[in-house]
Amino acid sequence: MGVLPQPVEELLETALVSELTVVDGSGLPVTHPLIPLYDGEVIYLTSSILFSKKLEHIKGNPKVSISISDPVAVDVEPFRRATIQGDATVDDADLHAGWERVLPLWRKKEPAIDMFLGKRVALPLFFERGVIEVRPTKAFLWANGATDRPPQVFDVVKAMA
Amino acid sequence: MKPTPELIAGLESRFEHAVIAFVDDDGYPLSVATDFRADPDRGVVILNAVAGEEVQPPEGERVNVVFSHIRPQPGIGYDERRYVSLWGPLRKVDGRLELAPDRVQGWDEQEMSFFELSERGVPQARKYLERLSEDTGREVRPRLSFGWLFLRATRLPFLTATFVPVLLGIAVAAWKDGFNWWLALLTVIGGACIHLGLNVANDVFDTQSGADEENVNPTQFSGGSRVILYGLVSMRQMALLSLAFYAVGIGIGIFLAAYSGWGLLWIGVAGALISLFYTAPPLKLVHRGLGEVCVALGFGPIMALGAYYVQTGAYDLEPLLASIPVGILIALILYLNEVPDRPADARAGKRTLPVRLSKEWVIRGYSGAVVVTFGLIAVFAITGLLVRPTIIALAAAPLALPVIRALRDSYDQPYALMPAMAKNIQLHLATGLLLILGYVIAIVADGVFDDPPSFLT
Repeated sequence: MGVLPQPVEELLETALVSELTVVDGSGLPVTHPLIPLYDGEVIYLTSSILFSKKLEHIKGNPKVSISISDPVAVDVEPFRRATIQGDATVDDADLHAGWERVLPLWRKKEPAIDMFLGKRVALPLFFERGVIEVRPTKAFLWANGATDRPPQVFDVVKAMA
Repeated sequence: MKPTPELIAGLESRFEHAVIAFVDDDGYPLSVATDFRADPDRGVVILNAVAGEEVQPPEGERVNVVFSHIRPQPGIGYDERRYVSLWGPLRKVDGRLELAPDRVQGWDEQEMSFFELSERGVPQARKYLERLSEDTGREVRPRLSFGWLFLRATRLPFLTATFVPVLLGIAVAAWKDGFNWWLALLTVIGGACIHLGLNVANDVFDTQSGADEENVNPTQFSGGSRVILYGLVSMRQMALLSLAFYAVGIGIGIFLAAYSGWGLLWIGVAGALISLFYTAPPLKLVHRGLGEVCVALGFGPIMALGAYYVQTGAYDLEPLLASIPVGILIALILYLNEVPDRPADARAGKRTLPVRLSKEWVIRGYSGAVVVTFGLIAVFAITGLLVRPTIIALAAAPLALPVIRALRDSYDQPYALMPAMAKNIQLHLATGLLLILGYVIAIVADGVFDDPPSFLT
């Protein structure tokens, strides 16, 4: 069992896409669809430098949220929705190979990544990637995915203390 | 960019749900999914209210509403990626939430390929690397392994364009006047060096002119190596690499001229000048619609005649005639590869033939050149101007048909044209190899029979 409630972890483990929301320099939320990867403690998302504005925004403001909302992108029964808030850091110390530490988690959700990686010469900048590491602070869970009912709220930081 | 009524009208058919993202009282972003409907006439999106004090979107404030879609593909991942992100003020109306968006961003991979999206991100990537370099106090650059980088920077696979005419010239020489293997090897190496020097120089000048940066639809066959644009290699390193290739190629050429006869210099100098001024100022021949002619001369008669001269010490009509079909076909490789590049080439002032001509004339030009190529092969072989077995090169002609079909069907779709570009390269390679095989058959027949039948020589 990880730091998040089990129904939320099940979502993170199967979701093919999530919505990462960051806060830009003017204080506005900006949302990006990304694959969430989870090791029981930290949520990882990776971003190519081609689409690196989100990395810059996180460096300016580390507060982020990740929502899992798409019924076709998850494999859980019964369907549910969740949003996780957390503090993010960007690991871009080794853009070329540093992200490969999350490759085993990525491969589970997108097996075709190995084929793309084999063609790295065709897309060299796509595989220069930063890793966004999100440490959850709070989670919201909507049973059956119905947001017209209040969510269950889990205070992750307090739960870990 | 402001969302159009068409975009808002299309939301319901393209997406199943919306996600409202806002910043909560603690300063964290918070995102909540909900159902929606679009009202394009009023330019608004109506979202179902969400329940719960802690997750209430702020009324009157600017929020981000995102619509996202994928289609899972078990065992692979997913496809049909698309998203639309809207920003605007949110207000409560009749128990629902109404977004009046004033800004939009998005992507639909069925409308813009992932490769194009990636190319459009290159300036952002360079900016990120510059900032990271400033922050860390060390130069941060993208990397590729040496082998892949060399392959990409030099566009090594295109060397078939050199091998075909050089080997053809050598084959004609072997038929007429004998064969010296080490001179042949040096000729191939020298020709390859000049070709690689040209490829690398082409990247230097296309980066300088802005043609590569303008081109957001490169393919593996067009749009250059892009190694300078991507920051994988510096302009200076590429310029030095180009000079090194030219120096080795010219050095080999001078040695071969000294050995075989100074008459080789005429063709060597012509080849080097065409190669250099193909993209280099002040001539920039490719910018003036002369690229195809230069390539046809350089990778046709010049290479074949040069290779023939090295072996025999003289010029002759036969290698010249043999090289004309391969010269036309290599020009057609450039011609087709310029089709997806034409918007970027036009913006960079590169007036190639596909930039100058309409779609119909580009297709007519291609088809006509193919007919001329194989017509010449037939005439040369039947009349004995080339050895008769070279008639087998006609077998390659059907490879042109899918290329013509693709030009008709996918003229404005760079990535759909890629298989046709590959087929076009095969057309050149197969025709060249079959011409060479024709000469090999004639040489073998001449060795085997005292009086070989006329159809074999």
